[in-house]
Amino acid sequence: MSLSARNVAWRAGGRLVVDGVSLDPRPGQTVGLLGPNGSGKSTLLRLLAGIRATSSGVVTLDGRPLREVGRKAVARRVAVVEQHAETGVELTVEDVVRLGRIPHRGAWAGPGAEDEAAVREAVERTRLADRLDQPWHSLSGGERQRVQIARALAQRPSELLLDEPTNHLDVRHQLELLALVARGPVTAVVALHDLNLAAMFCDHLVVLCQGRAVAAGPPGEVLTEELVAQVYGVRSVVTAEGPGGRPSVRFLPEEETEPRQTAEETS
Amino acid sequence: MTAASGGAGPRTPAPGGTGPGTAASGGAGPETAAFRDHSVVAAADRSRWQTRRRARRWALALRSGRGTAVVCALGVVACALSVALVITVGQAGIGVADVWRVVAARLGGADAGLTPLREGIVWELRLPRALLAAVCGAGLGLCGAVLQSLLRNPLADPFVLGVSSGASTGAVSVVVLGVGGGALSLSAGAFAGAALSFALVLLLAHTSGGTTDRVLLSGIAAMQLFSALTSLIVFVSADAEQTRGVLFWLLGSLGSASWAEVAVGAGALALTLVVCLARAHALDAFAFGPEAAAALGVRVRRMRLTLLLVTALLTAVLVSSAGAIGFVGLVLPHAARAACGPAHRRLLPVTALLGAVFLVWVDTAARTLLAPRELPVGVATSLLGVPAFVLILHRGRRGRGAPGRAGAGL
Repeated sequence: MSLSARNVAWRAGGRLVVDGVSLDPRPGQTVGLLGPNGSGKSTLLRLLAGIRATSSGVVTLDGRPLREVGRKAVARRVAVVEQHAETGVELTVEDVVRLGRIPHRGAWAGPGAEDEAAVREAVERTRLADRLDQPWHSLSGGERQRVQIARALAQRPSELLLDEPTNHLDVRHQLELLALVARGPVTAVVALHDLNLAAMFCDHLVVLCQGRAVAAGPPGEVLTEELVAQVYGVRSVVTAEGPGGRPSVRFLPEEETEPRQTAEETS
Repeated sequence: MTAASGGAGPRTPAPGGTGPGTAASGGAGPETAAFRDHSVVAAADRSRWQTRRRARRWALALRSGRGTAVVCALGVVACALSVALVITVGQAGIGVADVWRVVAARLGGADAGLTPLREGIVWELRLPRALLAAVCGAGLGLCGAVLQSLLRNPLADPFVLGVSSGASTGAVSVVVLGVGGGALSLSAGAFAGAALSFALVLLLAHTSGGTTDRVLLSGIAAMQLFSALTSLIVFVSADAEQTRGVLFWLLGSLGSASWAEVAVGAGALALTLVVCLARAHALDAFAFGPEAAAALGVRVRRMRLTLLLVTALLTAVLVSSAGAIGFVGLVLPHAARAACGPAHRRLLPVTALLGAVFLVWVDTAARTLLAPRELPVGVATSLLGVPAFVLILHRGRRGRGAPGRAGAGL
């Protein structure tokens, strides 16, 4: 239940960017969206958030179509972290995190105690408490990502939609962030490029290819050498050596090249 | 992974209470509690948070509703004082007390005890003029601030949607071509032209996709078109005297201010201010673009249309009574942002009040500096405003990053 997509499609310029995808995460689950560039992951997330209207199919929140729930009510439940966030406004870290409280505030109300508490909790969970005064424009890409995630947490969502949140992050912050998302009580849908991170943190994976869901299920069932070859066109070895017996994917170079020879040539 | 979970664990509130309450009670209590809960890190974090909060208390006070109210109240007082003071500037030798007596008399009090001529100067000339200046300054500043945020462009101003060019075409159509056969006033013609131009912009923007960029580009197209039309009309049919009159009007003039214009302008200003303030949070949400705003619960299309409509209406009203006064709507929002931060709940009223005070004084300078000749107020705004703005830019640059300034945000 909670946030669910039934057979959604989105058309742009005569092309189906998302083509009949269904998604029904259980509350608290972390769902990984996998797929090559341009497979429709970002668009699907936008459809789920209600930022874009579906061409066909329906996205529901607790069984009600998003359109009926209303923009503001959706934003109180569903938080989105986009891949790119840019602004010309001179904001501090705290200013950005506070944006997350907008859906919860009345038009004329100032920040209340709950707003303060949510902002404080969000910055503590993302370890930004000592950087609140820092200007947004002085942050690195990874720091900006963390600030946007803090903003999303400040929304106190029950569903969290993340578009490649580990982009720009170093290894430690990648692990920390996904652990935060996966361990928290929120239902999360995360578009990811890193198959191993997806295998490690997601309860359920959906693999998109050219707008269609080509595989769905637990990581152990979905991530196979055949699927990686079919979707990404890459050879790989999948073993059950990940944490807790989850799959671990190791990529192999293309068949034609012989690694030892090229290594010798370059040296 | 273990590092991640270990790091995040202690940050959740500990049952022993390392929160602000126990920390404030003093003694060894919080410290032992911290050790017992292995939450030294959390305690340190929290005390750092507390220190920061204390250090920025004034900024917080300003950020709260009450702080904004105080700033606005001060601004209104400054604005009223400015109006009262500028009425005394000039050759009639009128004092602030005289102004007060005339206002009191007109509002039903005792006789002012001034000669009818001097009373007329206060009530019929200088007071409506100063008030119209205040309304125009406030309105143009407000429209500029809203459009800059809505269109995400620091160069946007109230005229970016072609309203002023449309107004000028309407005005010259009435004055030079005699459209309306004398039944239409210059103001009515200007308003009609502004409305027509804005309607064209909306239509263009809508048919070309309705995105922010399209709105801006449509505005530029309309601006160019109507400027060319104005030039064409003046070039083909105007004599030197008419051309001068039109030019003077285009550069802005508050000399013909009437109570009716003050009333209409103030009404439009009040309406726009209420509509925009009700959407102040939503404007904040536009910082990261329309999609991010939508994700924060803003109905982007509806809000954009509403705000474009009210700002265009206000601008059209102001332009048709005072001409296209430049600079105020473009630059004062930036000055206000440098002073009070980017949060629109404060930015909008502060910009409006700043614009009001600014234009009241600049108009006074425009009518007195070269007396008995009068400088077009649009010329004076830039001549006097640019140096002030350069000063603010430099100040803002030096002050950026200072805790106080940074805390005055959203």
